[in-house]
Amino acid sequence: MPGFIQRIRQQKSDLGWLICTVGAALLLSIPVVTVLYSITLPANDIWSHLWSTVLADYALNSFVLAAGVCIGTSLIGITTAWLCSACTFPGRKIFSWTLLLPLAFPPYIIAYTYTGMLDFAGPVQTAMRSVFGWEYGDYWFPEIRSITGAIIMISLVLYPYVYLLLRTAFSEQSSSLREASHMFGVGSYRTLFTIILPMARPALVAGLTLVVMETLADYGTVHYFGVPTFTTGILRTWFGLGDRVAATQLASLLLLCVFAVILAERYMRKAVHHQNPTKVQKSWRYPLTGIKAIAAVLICSLPVFLGFIIPSVQLGAWAMKTAPEIVDSSFFTLIFNTLQLTVIVTGIIIVAATVLAYGKRVGTHFSIPYTVNISAMGYAVPGVIIAVGVLLPFAWLDNALDAWLQQHFKISSGLILTGTLASLAFAHVVRFMAIGLNSVDASLAKIHRSIDDAAQLLGRKTFERFASIHLPMIRGGILTAALLVFVEVTKELPATLVLRPFDFNTLAVRTYELASDERLADAACSALLIVAISVLPILILNRSIVQSGVIHGAQT
Amino acid sequence: MAPRLEVRSVGIKLQNKDVVQNVSFQLEPGCIASILGPSGCGKTTLLRALAGFQPVSSGEIHVHARLFSKAQFTLSPEKRHISMMFQDLALFPHLTVKQNIGFGLKSLDPGEKRARTRQVLELTELEHKGDKYPHQLSTGQQQRVALARALAPRPEILLLDEPFSNLDPDLREQVATGVRKILKHENVTAVLVTHDQNEAFAMADEIGVMVKGRMEQWDSAYSIYHRPKTRFVADFIGLGSMIPAKVLDAHTLNTEFGKIRGDLDPSFASGEEVDLLVRPDDIPHDDSSPITALVEEKRFRGAEFLYKLRLQSGNFVLCYASSHHDHQIGEPIGIKFDLEHLVVFAREPALSRGKQS
Repeated sequence: MPGFIQRIRQQKSDLGWLICTVGAALLLSIPVVTVLYSITLPANDIWSHLWSTVLADYALNSFVLAAGVCIGTSLIGITTAWLCSACTFPGRKIFSWTLLLPLAFPPYIIAYTYTGMLDFAGPVQTAMRSVFGWEYGDYWFPEIRSITGAIIMISLVLYPYVYLLLRTAFSEQSSSLREASHMFGVGSYRTLFTIILPMARPALVAGLTLVVMETLADYGTVHYFGVPTFTTGILRTWFGLGDRVAATQLASLLLLCVFAVILAERYMRKAVHHQNPTKVQKSWRYPLTGIKAIAAVLICSLPVFLGFIIPSVQLGAWAMKTAPEIVDSSFFTLIFNTLQLTVIVTGIIIVAATVLAYGKRVGTHFSIPYTVNISAMGYAVPGVIIAVGVLLPFAWLDNALDAWLQQHFKISSGLILTGTLASLAFAHVVRFMAIGLNSVDASLAKIHRSIDDAAQLLGRKTFERFASIHLPMIRGGILTAALLVFVEVTKELPATLVLRPFDFNTLAVRTYELASDERLADAACSALLIVAISVLPILILNRSIVQSGVIHGAQT
Repeated sequence: MAPRLEVRSVGIKLQNKDVVQNVSFQLEPGCIASILGPSGCGKTTLLRALAGFQPVSSGEIHVHARLFSKAQFTLSPEKRHISMMFQDLALFPHLTVKQNIGFGLKSLDPGEKRARTRQVLELTELEHKGDKYPHQLSTGQQQRVALARALAPRPEILLLDEPFSNLDPDLREQVATGVRKILKHENVTAVLVTHDQNEAFAMADEIGVMVKGRMEQWDSAYSIYHRPKTRFVADFIGLGSMIPAKVLDAHTLNTEFGKIRGDLDPSFASGEEVDLLVRPDDIPHDDSSPITALVEEKRFRGAEFLYKLRLQSGNFVLCYASSHHDHQIGEPIGIKFDLEHLVVFAREPALSRGKQS
């Protein structure tokens, strides 16, 4: 075996990276493995009860919800992305970034806000009654707390995924394609449907995949609107019926649905291989004037108003009214708790993501990229599932440890994992590792390999290279990652709700509790704070996309 | 004295495919060599093996009689004291020109480091650019920073990986000549990898032509052009065509232009049918010459025309003529036959038939 010794020697330097990546992958896949493992457990009575009664409802509602949100986000996303990238009209530049703002609203917050605005005592119905002199029962008003209402609410805040990916795809298409189409006498609408959209299909599919995953993961909106879906069903089975096994089995069903969505996306992306002209020239746009320009402005402003401005104003009005009594020491405790959690989680993710991404770059073992991908798997998994998948093994560990200590040392360890922030932080790390990893990985990928080679030839070892070359160059990517993780942890609801230690409230949980108690106005302060924090990365995200054409070196 | 670089029958496998096979050469200190070959011939892989990024599967690489690479042993790149100028330059974008140049000087004390940095800045005429960042410089200036950074640690060997490929073709030779002057001033031993023969001619003392992982010929630039050892080298370097000839004795060939005298490889027997390499500079145009050939194609090159001429036998030759001599296609023009080197290859039936048709 002549190559054997050399292989050993090569792999020795890789061993450290291999241990890091495999260790991280094993640790971070605990929740998913737990949930999938539950499939093998024997089904009990509650399961057959669920099967015969509510399971079909859960599946149907989840499906209708996902399909409806897909249609809604496609309608809004495609039209606005097309208008903003292929046409000129007054305010196009402002719309191109304000259209992203609704992303700052977690679905449950916009749902509470609209419920408060549209219910019987809300400003809309009150105004209608006073204008028309109607009394209760005189008129029909649509019920927002329905599955249709949930579809509209979720679509209003998730369409930016479709919009953003399509806008990028459209602007990466050379406008010479459109010009070529027009040369053959094809009009602009037919060009859109025969050339532009089919070419942007991978982007549309990717956007809708994100939308479906977020929709399936939603807990706050559907629970508040009383629409029984998988996520509400899992928690109801766990806490209401007290059956952990059946709840976990339900979670595994949802998990399989999510995996199916991801596989479908992969498959559809593989099927399409479009060659894009290499050099993208400055885009030529259709100039819109007169009635068309007004229509364009209206179409683009509608989602911004409905998805961001109106609910923000309403939240602002409520917050002004309730702030004096809500903003007290307990409110600051909320902020402190939220900060504590986000800082811990962000810190862990940034360090781990940097180590994993760099290991993926310098490690040569063939398995490293795969194991790193496993670490990033959690982002596809709904928070409810992660919560269930964390709680089961951690509770078991806690009890085992406590029993062992009791038996041998006569002391009680209490609930070291599930009774503290540990399990909550771990769940967040699992869920949002991918955000950190992708961001760090993307900025590392921008550094050409010859830079590593040059530094190595100039006498620098692996870690010296990282400290002197890579770290300064990916600083921006690390900061972006930190900000994105920070915001996601702040917004996260279902996992926090399940896993928080006793008496530990965050802004998101408090918002949910107050709103569930129909104290909508009281929830406004914390809700508004969450939205304000969430706006930050959107501004940065937009700027980095606009700047992405600029050469990398210009960052310094 | 041991040669600076010695490559002994090196073979390199990538994914169990032989990319480089049995390559040997050596370089004396201060010598600039160029490895020339079409893309995919293994020249860059060989260069990466010299740098230590690529392990060799057989053979040995020695620098100053010290073993750098052999099968199952690769001295790591950071310990080799070899510098490289990369195709994309690989300047560190977050460091200034001075910091880039000083990056390889960490073992020097600050005073020496400053002095050496200033020295190479002067050498590359970048005195006033020391505090700029790479993106603030022109491509040519960035190129010089990359050269300065590679030269600063006084490397045993400087490797250059197609460093001029992102320059305009007409600038390349000029820059290559300038770089050669700097390398000679610093007495650097260098290996340049390129697919551009003009670049190789402008830079190198010695040229190795590689094809399909093998070193076809290692020689001076003059010999590579005028005494190619294989058909491939004859074909790859410069322009030319083959015409059939017959060996009469060890010093004489019979061709359609009559008998030609010169030194022949003794391996050719009298009476053997061979192919003779004819370069365009072997065929001067002369209106008064009795030998004529028909213009088949012509290419205007500014100062001259390159004519493709059909001889009476039906064979083709190439000919440079001053661009004052503008002849029409199909017109007969007078040529002379002025061969200094007899470059002869055994007849390859398929090939020579192809040339005649």
